[in-house]
Amino acid sequence: MPTEPSAGTLLRFENVTIRFDELVAVNNVSFEMSAGETRVILGSAGSGKTTLLKAAIGLIRVDSGRVFLLGHDITEMEERQLFDIRSQVGVLFQEGGLFDSIDIAENVAYPLVNRKTKELSADAVETKVEDALRFVELSHTLEKYPNELSGGMRRRVGIARAVITEPPLVLYDSPTAGLDPITATTIMALIAKERDSLNAANLIVTQRYQDGQLMANFRYNRKDGHLEPVSKNGAGDPEGSNPTHTIFMVMKEGNLIFEGTQARLEASTDAYISKFVPRHNN
Amino acid sequence: MFDFLKPSIAALQDFCILAGRALRNVFRPPHYESDILLQMDIIGVGSLPIVILIGFFTGVVITMQMSRALAQYGAVDQVGPIVAITLVRELGPVLTAVLVAGRNASGIASELGSMKVTEQIDAMRALGTDPIQKLVTPRMIATAVMLPLLTIVADFVGLIGGYVIARLSIGLSTSQYWTSAYRALEYNDITQGLLKPFVFAFIIALVGCFYGLRTTGGTQGVGHATTQAVVVASVWIFVVTSLLTRIFVNLN
Repeated sequence: MPTEPSAGTLLRFENVTIRFDELVAVNNVSFEMSAGETRVILGSAGSGKTTLLKAAIGLIRVDSGRVFLLGHDITEMEERQLFDIRSQVGVLFQEGGLFDSIDIAENVAYPLVNRKTKELSADAVETKVEDALRFVELSHTLEKYPNELSGGMRRRVGIARAVITEPPLVLYDSPTAGLDPITATTIMALIAKERDSLNAANLIVTQRYQDGQLMANFRYNRKDGHLEPVSKNGAGDPEGSNPTHTIFMVMKEGNLIFEGTQARLEASTDAYISKFVPRHNN
Repeated sequence: MFDFLKPSIAALQDFCILAGRALRNVFRPPHYESDILLQMDIIGVGSLPIVILIGFFTGVVITMQMSRALAQYGAVDQVGPIVAITLVRELGPVLTAVLVAGRNASGIASELGSMKVTEQIDAMRALGTDPIQKLVTPRMIATAVMLPLLTIVADFVGLIGGYVIARLSIGLSTSQYWTSAYRALEYNDITQGLLKPFVFAFIIALVGCFYGLRTTGGTQGVGHATTQAVVVASVWIFVVTSLLTRIFVNLN
């Protein structure tokens, strides 16, 4: 009998395997993610990390194993029932996943307008949309269409749409893929800002170790309005102190080959992991 | 042994599931009325100019061809009924449907295909909207309403095209042409002339949506989906019209 996940568990994978015809995209992966946690999944292209993220909200069905999301077993749930649970999770897709046919304001308002549980007045929706866009520093784009924005801006709008309902869990699929380093840092800073303003748990899928490093070592200071490094007092601790509750996971060809803190990740001697994590030259 | 048939049968099965869901959604909320109206405008009003143009020249061509054949029997004055029957029973519905397939099955497939490859379909599902309810059902309803109307327009404009040739080139009188054309039509002709576009509408919309939603492999995949949608929709239109004609001919 599989044990039910405890109350603080947002997402739990139990021996999940996903196949696409002959190809095993995710192979027997188990992990558990609790509230307030930041999880960074590293892996090269085709390692199964995006598949894992999509399986977390039932966009891709698992072939074996079980997936629990916000306390519900979604493994064999019908699509109609899934809609309600999914609407409680924020998702940023790789290119933003914005709807081309409607403008930015409507895109950001979509999760609010579409949600069945809470009815909001048009004014309340408008205020929330403005707030969400101010959060990602794109207030001036309300009436523009997604194709008028740059790749980085589209992703910022995607973040605004993902967090407008203030979900307890936000999933980010390769938020920095295909962006220049400066824009990528801006996006990651926004994600950290979102995490520390809303206290949401984050699952971030990425190819860049720097993205995870930023999440693990920086915190958004609400008073000053910028990121600041977190103090690391536990230098003597072999696990390293982990004030941002950031856990790293590394995927390789569908297998989960590492799960642990940044300190342990950097101490790893695995050749595949070393490709992502720059060595400290002492 | 029959492994080569597997993909086709699997595709047919997927198509039937999509069609079933799209039809079921007609009767359950939420309904996206504004999407239906928008699609009606794109499919119906948007196709009007080309349907009028092709309808007119179809009438012109049938009249010219038939007048030569009829002249051998000294029955040129019978050109009105022939134009009316061929247009209303067969050419009006089929040509309109093939035109709309070329215009809209491709449009639908490329639009939904682009949405698929840019993860907009996934985003829609993630945000709690059923893509079949939001995208497929409105397109299906809009096509089912507009295609019969377009066919009526094509039939009528085709008859006018026939009249222009009958009057100017053959020398029939206005009343001779229109009275004989009108009298030639029976209820059976009208019924099959309107039932056919109604059935074709489902083929066009559903095949377009089906290939759009199945798109994989980036921009190249969108092009492939578009081509497939037009080819498959057109072939099915001809197959189904043969079957329907067979049924209606037997009814007479």
